[in-house]
Amino acid sequence: MRTFRGGVHPHDHKELAREAAIEPVPLPERLVVSMNQQLGAPAKAVVEPGAEVLRGELLGEAGGFVSAPVHAPTSGRVVDVAPHPHPVAGSAPAVVIEPDGRDAWAEGCDRDSGERLDAVEPGEIVARIREAGVVGMGGATFPTHVKLSPPKDKSIEVVILNGCECEPYLTADHRLMLERTAEVVSGLRLLVKAVGASRGVIGVEANKPDAAQALSGLAAEFGFPVEVLRVKYPQGAEKQLIKALTGREVPSGGLPMDVGCLVQNVGTAVAAHEAVLRARPVTERVCTVTGRGAARPGNYLVRVGMPMAHLLAHAGVRGGVRRLVLGGPMMGLAQWTADVPVLKGTSGVLALMDAPEWKTRACISCGRCVEGCPSYLVPSRLSILAEAGAFSEMIDEANALDCIECGVCTYVCPARRPIVQWIRQAKWEARIRKMKADRVRAEEAKRAQEKESAATA
Amino acid sequence: MISLAPPLMPVLAAADAAPSPVGTVALSILVVGLLGAVFGIILFVASKKFAVKTDPRVEEVLGALPGANCGACGLAGCPAYAEGVVLKGLAVNLCAPGGAKAAKMIAAVMGVEPGESERRVSVLRCRGSRARAKERMEYRGVADCRAAALVLGGPKACTYGCLGLGTCVEACPFGAIVMGADGLPHVLEARCTACGRCVDACPRHLYVLAPEKRTVHVLCSSRDPGRATRAACEVGCIACKACERACKFDAIHVVDNLAVIDEEKCKNCGACVRACPQAIIGDFRKMRKALAASARSATNAGGEAAAS
Repeated sequence: MRTFRGGVHPHDHKELAREAAIEPVPLPERLVVSMNQQLGAPAKAVVEPGAEVLRGELLGEAGGFVSAPVHAPTSGRVVDVAPHPHPVAGSAPAVVIEPDGRDAWAEGCDRDSGERLDAVEPGEIVARIREAGVVGMGGATFPTHVKLSPPKDKSIEVVILNGCECEPYLTADHRLMLERTAEVVSGLRLLVKAVGASRGVIGVEANKPDAAQALSGLAAEFGFPVEVLRVKYPQGAEKQLIKALTGREVPSGGLPMDVGCLVQNVGTAVAAHEAVLRARPVTERVCTVTGRGAARPGNYLVRVGMPMAHLLAHAGVRGGVRRLVLGGPMMGLAQWTADVPVLKGTSGVLALMDAPEWKTRACISCGRCVEGCPSYLVPSRLSILAEAGAFSEMIDEANALDCIECGVCTYVCPARRPIVQWIRQAKWEARIRKMKADRVRAEEAKRAQEKESAATA
Repeated sequence: MISLAPPLMPVLAAADAAPSPVGTVALSILVVGLLGAVFGIILFVASKKFAVKTDPRVEEVLGALPGANCGACGLAGCPAYAEGVVLKGLAVNLCAPGGAKAAKMIAAVMGVEPGESERRVSVLRCRGSRARAKERMEYRGVADCRAAALVLGGPKACTYGCLGLGTCVEACPFGAIVMGADGLPHVLEARCTACGRCVDACPRHLYVLAPEKRTVHVLCSSRDPGRATRAACEVGCIACKACERACKFDAIHVVDNLAVIDEEKCKNCGACVRACPQAIIGDFRKMRKALAASARSATNAGGEAAAS
């Protein structure tokens, strides 16, 4: 069975929510729609408190090219536009909406255009996806239209649909592939057409045979093979998936388009289908609520902006939860409050009953992190450099910027070393260093210009 | 085991078989001596031909510098600054650790006026110790403020305040910052040279280099509205403007929910210090006096002077 080099096999705990069909969650009293829903620039709010909005109406416009607009998840009244706790950024501006209960779509939205997929031009597909605010639904939330607009000198030959869902606990994509198979395949057809690729392929981990089977019949009709991949974390990481399916390696510092690939999550494919053929902007997603702290673990259809506390109550999460993790256990972020809202990229919430304590010890050079690293790095060396404060060396000599932060090194480390956090810090220091260098360069250029103008005068 | 000795035997035997030991020694001396003479001449010619002219003043200026290589002057270490002064005509008073003394010596070497060099010290603009500032989460990651600040804005409820993990203590090349028992770093002014390493190290930008003679400082950096600040910390600026009303010189104003002192207008009278209900405006004159007194009493008592 195909796979990549490295990786680990954590217990997946997927049995908790695997069998639970997707279930809609009733609307809460308030929706907190963050303007920071995507990687890149946050959206700019275009509504004022007091405004009446309908579902699908624009709340915030894209803050740049690498950004995405944000839409009202239901109809109601805007009661506030203010900073609010954010599960990734700590705090971010948000539009607070009080639903009116009608849940009425705005004009032009949610229509079955009756349009056949073949009739939509590639440029039109990308435009509709951009206007609908579609971002990477796997959790990275990178704006989809940016990925669909490669520079002129790059061509995309193969579109890979990511149905691996390699993070333990999460089952949202699994249910999506089972229950909304037709939309997944339709989404893939749209993406293939949008970038003019010659083929599309769906990658599914071997622990979801039912999903692979459900997809293969329909996908085969359009000539898309469904590849079953070995169960190994992080099989669903973009570069590792490309390696497993095509044998190509994305070069250091490069993008999938450098090897003619485009990777999209199955959830993104569904969102693309909804956006292009049903004129529905991203206002909801499937989110797994699981862990031993949830009495009714399951896969819930939630509105963007739903307060986490509302969702947790619906899934039967009561007191005694020691850790609340947004996303999977390997890459997710632990939260300090359930006051944060659901984002477009919230693939799961884990209510865990334990909070293990451990002590960081010195590296014993066992090499497990080196064996496990899917990016061919030497995490032990990175961690030792970080301890010495040598962040420049981490970047220049140990390729810290190639780290995908999958968490394998930290997971396997017997000395309990927080390697991923150190690498994140190094990446941050690199940004600061670049900013400083840019500033110095700008100053020098200014001085040179002044000198020149003084000389000519 | 295979012995290594047999293959070597013929070589040793050949050496033994040399005709005259005295002749061999003489020949060796002659050859090595000749080689030495030839290379010596080449080196001599090369040193004259490719000589790099250095300004002797660079060495003199370097001698006047403290040699801490702290980078406070804005250059990469003392040699770079010494070169900068002599060759590029940089100001002579840029060395903060060297202070007025170094400036005077460099000025003497360069034959210019030393210019004004005011002693400055580093000031931490936060009083949110462990007991006073609330923590909103339990942080168990890397024990470094810069790393902690990247995790959802850090463990403290106040996202402007000191994280207390001691990155500034590590960064100070002069041992002038110590971590107090209260979880806040303290600047030992006597050792501080205003090199600015702490200013760069703090992810919250809490340090500022202020002239030593300025004694009144706002010791809070929170720009949250009053209510949010009060919820997060007992000693935060709540933007009540009591200081504005108390000031006779129009020198303190609340900007963005935080009191800011106008250095030009401030007379260090201390009226705002007394007016502040949150006790976040500090009078360093008083503090220094208390510190000096405690140090005196400690020495008098024969104990070790422990400045806290």
